[in-house]
Amino acid sequence: MLEIQGVYKTFNPGTINEKKALNGIDLKLNEGDFVTVIGGNGAGKSTLLNMITGVYPVDCGTIKVGTEGTDITKFAEHKRAKYFGRVFQDPMTGTAADMEIQENLALALRRGKIRTLVPGIRSKEKKQYKELLKKLDLGLEDRLTSKVGLLSGGQRQAITLLMATLKKPQLLLLDEHTAALDPQTAAKVLSLTEEIVKENNLTTLMITHNMKDAIRYGNRLIMMNDGKIIYDISGEEKKNLKVADLLDLFAKASNGEFANDRMLLS
Amino acid sequence: MLEFIQSLPSPIAKGMIWGIMAIGVYITFKILDLADLTVDGTLGIGGVVLVMLTTSGLNIYLALFVAFIAGCVAGFVTGVLHTKFGIPAILAGILTQLALYSVYLRVADGRANLPISGRNYDLIVTSNTDKLGFTIFVIAIFIVAIIAILYWFFGTELGHSIRATGCNQSMARANGINTDTRKIIGLIISNGIVAISGGLLAQFDGSADINMGRGAIVIGLAAVIIGEVIFSKIFKNFALRLLSAIIGAVIYFIVQSLVLKMGLNANDLKLFSAVVVAIFLGLPYWKSKIAPKKVKSNEGGAENA
Repeated sequence: MLEIQGVYKTFNPGTINEKKALNGIDLKLNEGDFVTVIGGNGAGKSTLLNMITGVYPVDCGTIKVGTEGTDITKFAEHKRAKYFGRVFQDPMTGTAADMEIQENLALALRRGKIRTLVPGIRSKEKKQYKELLKKLDLGLEDRLTSKVGLLSGGQRQAITLLMATLKKPQLLLLDEHTAALDPQTAAKVLSLTEEIVKENNLTTLMITHNMKDAIRYGNRLIMMNDGKIIYDISGEEKKNLKVADLLDLFAKASNGEFANDRMLLS
Repeated sequence: MLEFIQSLPSPIAKGMIWGIMAIGVYITFKILDLADLTVDGTLGIGGVVLVMLTTSGLNIYLALFVAFIAGCVAGFVTGVLHTKFGIPAILAGILTQLALYSVYLRVADGRANLPISGRNYDLIVTSNTDKLGFTIFVIAIFIVAIIAILYWFFGTELGHSIRATGCNQSMARANGINTDTRKIIGLIISNGIVAISGGLLAQFDGSADINMGRGAIVIGLAAVIIGEVIFSKIFKNFALRLLSAIIGAVIYFIVQSLVLKMGLNANDLKLFSAVVVAIFLGLPYWKSKIAPKKVKSNEGGAENA
């Protein structure tokens, strides 16, 4: 479904700000995998996602996607978009604030399609959107023509999630998509995520700062440190994982220097 | 006062022509969220292409169409400079605008001012007092047609993708939209419309002039912002928002003719324009400083989240 081989990325090479963000990433996701990704700040989690989606080019390595293993390493960001559904950390990033809810959804439905001079939204779709919004249970089904900018962060994330999965993606990429939400809303968006992933049997990569969530969701867990994948746990082993185990792993990986307060607090 | 009211049709007609230009500015400034200074050059190009072609015997409507295409090319150049050369939009516009100065002189055989008279040619619009009513009618048809086309266009898949690009580029790209080409398309349409305005303006003014577009962006912005300040609460529909830019331009020119009547030196007009725009741009900022907006509850949205 996704195959990453030998991906390296260094920001600002040759300057004092040089940052080796990815240090040789090899990763293979199987169809239906729900992988959670954890790691301290600067471990390379977000960079990994940005490399997959093509926000920046990789220095070397290859990225292949889909059942046919299409090599997308050199594709521009908008060209790869047809393979991926994305939800970002910042609720503002995933939606167009000045556009209506239904217009945002219509834009997402046409991901990967050449956009022409036919109407940007059809009445048939509106019914579909209404039903999908009803399932969210956020009272949005009667607000199809509201501007997304009027919605709360949680509502916007829920809509982004809907947009990311409206046209079934090969891979759903979630970049700490609940980190900016209050705990209650975060829990709701997470359970919604699980529901949608299960329902559509989506292959998913979810970055999180919350170890409990990382253990609770998905069938596989990846830990990153210093731009490398240091642990890759799945199956029974993952099910029996405890937060304490992860903290131990972290401590070992970072030679006892591990002291990421966000991690400890979670 | 009566004399002033009797003289109103002229600034109204002029305001409507500039309103078409303001619609072009609206597309870049409000929809694409770019400040495009190409328009200062495009207006003159629209004028000179129309005058040159018409005086050399081409049908005036065809000439206006060619002027439109010339404007589109100017927008395309700015778009390429911005997206493919990585030049900031403002600077890309300034570069094209500068280049257009030479292009104008090339088209005009080196002459800065090219007259065109309604006595020799069958003009679409004229400032001739007897025909002002008809001129206003014709410009109104142009405006309705342009707004109708834009209303349709920005409701299509392609139009939606351009609006998304102006609103949130990350979101646009994540949904498979090539933001570079969308910006180029927007700049093409915008400058095409500005060139149409230039073609009409040259007829109204009786000549194309190399300086006719100087500071045009400021007048366009003034029209857009005046329209927005006055009508944003009542005009929610896209077509009406475009119309509010037209009304903004008309108001601008009525006020301008009023201050001229009251004795403002015509040489101070550009200063006047700059001050008007500065004040209208500053208004929302001052308002937010003096009376911080209370956070509105999103129609019960927050607790649903």
